[in-house]
Amino acid sequence: MEIDLSQFHQVFYEESFEGLDTMEQELLNLEEDSDRENINTIFRAAHSIKGGSATFGFKEVADFTHVMETLLDEMREGLRPVTKEVVDLLLKSVDCLRGMLFRMRDGEDVGDEHVELINYFNELLANEIEDASQQENVFEQSVQESLKDNCEDKVWKIEFKPKSYILETGNEPLRMFRELKGFGHLEVDAHLDNVPCFDELKAESCHIWWSLTLDSEIDEAAVKEVFEWVEDDCELNIDQVPRSNDKNVDKDQLEQPQMEEISEDIKQISSETSGQKADQEEKKQTPLVELKNKKEKSEVGTNTASTASIRVGIEKVDTLIDLVGELVITQSMLSELGENFDMSKLTQLVSGLSELEQNTRELQESVMRIRMLPIGFVFNRLPRMVRDLSSQLGKKVQLDIKGESTELDKTVMEQIGDPLTHLVRNALDHGIESAEERISADKPEEGTLTLNAFHQGGNIVIEVSDDGKGIDPDVIYKKAIEKGLINDSFDTPPEQVLSLIMEPGFSTAEVVSDVSGRGVGMDVVKRNINNLGGSVEIESELGKGTTFTIRLPLTLAILDGQLIKVANETYVLPLVSIIESVPLNMAEISRIAGDMKVYKLHDDYIPIIDLKSEFEIQQDLSSSSEGLLAIVEGENRKIALRIDELLGQQQVVIKSLETHYKSLQGVSGATILGDGRVSLILDVVGLAKRASEGANRRNNKVA
Amino acid sequence: MPSEIMKVIQNQEVNFSDTNMMADETGSQYLSFVVGEEEFSVSILKVQEIRAWEKPTFLPNSPHYIKGVLNLRGTIVPVMDLRMRFKFKQNHYGATTVIIIFKNSKKEKESLMGCVVDGVSDVFNLEESFIRDIPEYGSDIDSRFTSGIMTVNNNAVTLLNLENLLDLNLINHPYSGGQVVNG
Repeated sequence: MEIDLSQFHQVFYEESFEGLDTMEQELLNLEEDSDRENINTIFRAAHSIKGGSATFGFKEVADFTHVMETLLDEMREGLRPVTKEVVDLLLKSVDCLRGMLFRMRDGEDVGDEHVELINYFNELLANEIEDASQQENVFEQSVQESLKDNCEDKVWKIEFKPKSYILETGNEPLRMFRELKGFGHLEVDAHLDNVPCFDELKAESCHIWWSLTLDSEIDEAAVKEVFEWVEDDCELNIDQVPRSNDKNVDKDQLEQPQMEEISEDIKQISSETSGQKADQEEKKQTPLVELKNKKEKSEVGTNTASTASIRVGIEKVDTLIDLVGELVITQSMLSELGENFDMSKLTQLVSGLSELEQNTRELQESVMRIRMLPIGFVFNRLPRMVRDLSSQLGKKVQLDIKGESTELDKTVMEQIGDPLTHLVRNALDHGIESAEERISADKPEEGTLTLNAFHQGGNIVIEVSDDGKGIDPDVIYKKAIEKGLINDSFDTPPEQVLSLIMEPGFSTAEVVSDVSGRGVGMDVVKRNINNLGGSVEIESELGKGTTFTIRLPLTLAILDGQLIKVANETYVLPLVSIIESVPLNMAEISRIAGDMKVYKLHDDYIPIIDLKSEFEIQQDLSSSSEGLLAIVEGENRKIALRIDELLGQQQVVIKSLETHYKSLQGVSGATILGDGRVSLILDVVGLAKRASEGANRRNNKVA
Repeated sequence: MPSEIMKVIQNQEVNFSDTNMMADETGSQYLSFVVGEEEFSVSILKVQEIRAWEKPTFLPNSPHYIKGVLNLRGTIVPVMDLRMRFKFKQNHYGATTVIIIFKNSKKEKESLMGCVVDGVSDVFNLEESFIRDIPEYGSDIDSRFTSGIMTVNNNAVTLLNLENLLDLNLINHPYSGGQVVNG
C-alpha cells in the first residue's frame, strides 16, 4: 500500500515542535537535579523527532538529532555528567532544530546552522572516548566482539511476532533490529512457518516472525522502547535468560548470513510495498492506479488544509457529541410538535423551547471549552528566558510557576504571551536586585519570581510577582510630573500613581539597558491586555517586591451584555462593568467647574456622559426628559452614562469592527442581535478616556 | 511588491473571464449604476453582491456619508452613501435604492464596503482602450475617486477608482484608528 507521506508533514512538524518544547523544559530542569527520568524524557523527544524526520526523509534533521541522541544516550547511561556546557549545547541544538524545522515547513532551505553544531557534538563525543573509562570502549566494541566479554551473564531473549499488517503502518522490522544491534550483539532467527504458499502471498503483509537474542547491558525499558511504535501491532515477549555459551557460538556462525537473508527478504517486501514495482504483478496494477489517484486527491487536500490546529482532549469531544445528540432529540421533538400543532400543546412547546435553549447554551459552552488550553503553554517558554536573562544580568533568580493547568481561550493565550514576557523581563531587570544588593538588604541571595494563574469569577487571573526592590511611588510621581503626564496640583491616589508607569513614554530605568527601559513596553503591555478586554493592576511594597495582576476574560468571543437604548439605537454594555443604574430624576446631579455634570455616588463624584451628544446621534423625535444613568466602571475609573432605557440582558457574540472598517474609541466591537440587526458593544474604558480627553479639549479652548 | 502581485492576479482573473465567460465578446465586464443623475461604473470583479436598502446601524461620530454598519451573514460591513460622498444634493431612499457590496483587496487583506446607490442599471463589456481620461476641471467629486470616462449607449459613464473610494485612510472618522483602548 502506498501512503502519501506529505499529508502527515503538518502533524510531524506540530509534534516535533511539541517535542522540542518538552526537551527545552526538561533541559532547564536538568540543571537543578539530574534525574534519570528527565534525561529519558529528553531522549524520547529527540528520538521521536529523529524517527519522524527519518521517516519523512528529512535527512539533515535526522542526522542532527542522531548525534544529539548519542550524547543524550551517554548521559542516560551515566557515562557523561550533566554539565552546564552540555546543557547549553543541547539547548542551542533545540533552537537550531526549531529553526531548521521552521525553515523546512516554510519550504525553505534548512540552512547550515546545524553543521557547526554537529561538528561540535562529534568533537565532544570523540573527546569523551579518548579519556573515557573502559566502559565506553566496551560499549563501542560490543557490537563486533560481544563473545569476548564475560562480565555479563544474561542476555535478552525477544520474541517478536508482528501482525500481518505491520508494514502497512509504516513500521519496518529491519529498522528496529538495526536499532537493537546498536545496543549490543544481536542474533536474529526468522521463523517462516506462517508463510503461506506463493499464490496466497501478499506483498503488503508480513508473515515472518522472529526470535532475537540481544547481548547487552541495557534495561528492559530500553528494549521495549525499540518496539514502542509497534506494541499494539505485535506479540512481544521479552525475557532475560542466562547466557548459554554453546548456543551463542552456534548461533553466531549462523547470524551473518541469516541476517543478510532477512535483510533481503525485508528489502524485497518493502520495495514492493513502496508500490514502485507496480508492473511486478499484473493483478496489482488496478488497485495501484487507484491509489495513485487517491494520492493526487490527498495532495490537493493538504494544500487547502489550514496551518493552525489545536489538540483537544477526547473527553471534550465526547461531551460535544452527547450534547449534539440531545440537540437532535429536542429538534425532532419540536418538529413533531409543529407538524400538527394546536393551542393545547402550547405548554409542551414552551418547555421544548426552553430545553432547546438549554441545549444550545450547553453546546456553546462546550464548544468554547474546546478552544481552552492550559496556560502552561505560555508559561513554559518563560523558564528558558529567565535562565538566559538572569545569567546575562548576573542575577540569581528562582522561577516559581503555579497553576499551569488553568485553562484559557487559545486566542487570548496567543496574545498574552508577549505582554507576559515583557512583565517577566521587567521584573528581572528592574525588580530583582543583584545578589550583593539582596544580601545587604537582608534578603536571600536568590531572587524569586512567581507566576501564578487561577480562575476567579468569569476571569482568569495571572500574577507576576517578584521579591525585588519594589516600586517607589514618590519616584514615579516626580517622574510623571517631570514628563508632564500628571498635573502637580492634583492629589493622585497611590494606586493610580503606580499605574502611571503604564502610560506611554514613561520609563524609570536610569540606564536604558538591552533588556528594558526604553519607555515603550509597559504601555504596550497595558494596551495589549486592554485589547483583550482585560486589565492590569500593580501592587508594590518598597523593598519587598512587586506584583502585577492581569485579569482576562476567559474567552474573547462571548460577552454577557446588558442591552440599552439611546435615542433609536440599541447598544450593548458589558454586564461586568455595570455598577448600578438610577432614574435620572432621582439622581443627585451637580454641576461643577462650569458646565461639567457629575453624579454623586456615595462619596465619589462621577462625570456624566450623555451618549446621545457624545456619539452625535441624530434623533427624529425630541428627547423625553425621562432617562437613566448607568454607572459603569472600567480600569478603576467610573463614569455615568445617560441612557434612555434598559432593555434585556443576553449573551452576545463579539464581532470585530476592524475586519472591514476601523476601530472606534468607545466601541469595543459589534454584535448581531436576535433580529439580525447590528448592535455596537460599548467600551467603558474608551468612553472614560474620551470623557477626560474631551474635558481637556474644552479646557484648552477656554485657555 | 504586494500591489504588483495583486495586479498580476487581477489581470489573470480578467483574462480568465475573457476566455471562458464571454468567448464572443472582448474587453472586461463592468457594472454601471446611477448615483444622483449620473451613471457610474466599476469592474464587475470588484462587486461581491447587491442588496436591497436597509437602514444600517449608526456608527458614533461618523462622517455624514458613512451610514453605519450592516450584518452581512455574520460579518460587520460598513456602508457608505455614494451620493453624500460625491456631495450630491438629493438624498432619497426609495424602491430602487440598493447597497452594492464592493470588495477591495489591499495588501492581501480583503475588505468589504457597502455603497448606497440610487439604482443598478447595466452590465456591459468594454475594451480598456475605450476608456478616456477625465477632463480636468472643477467637479464636486474628488478627482481621486474617478479614473476615467467610458461611453455606453451614447451616455458618458464615469469609471470609479474603487481603491481610493474605499480607502479607509481617506475616510476621516473622528475617534477612529490609532491607539484605541478596547475593552
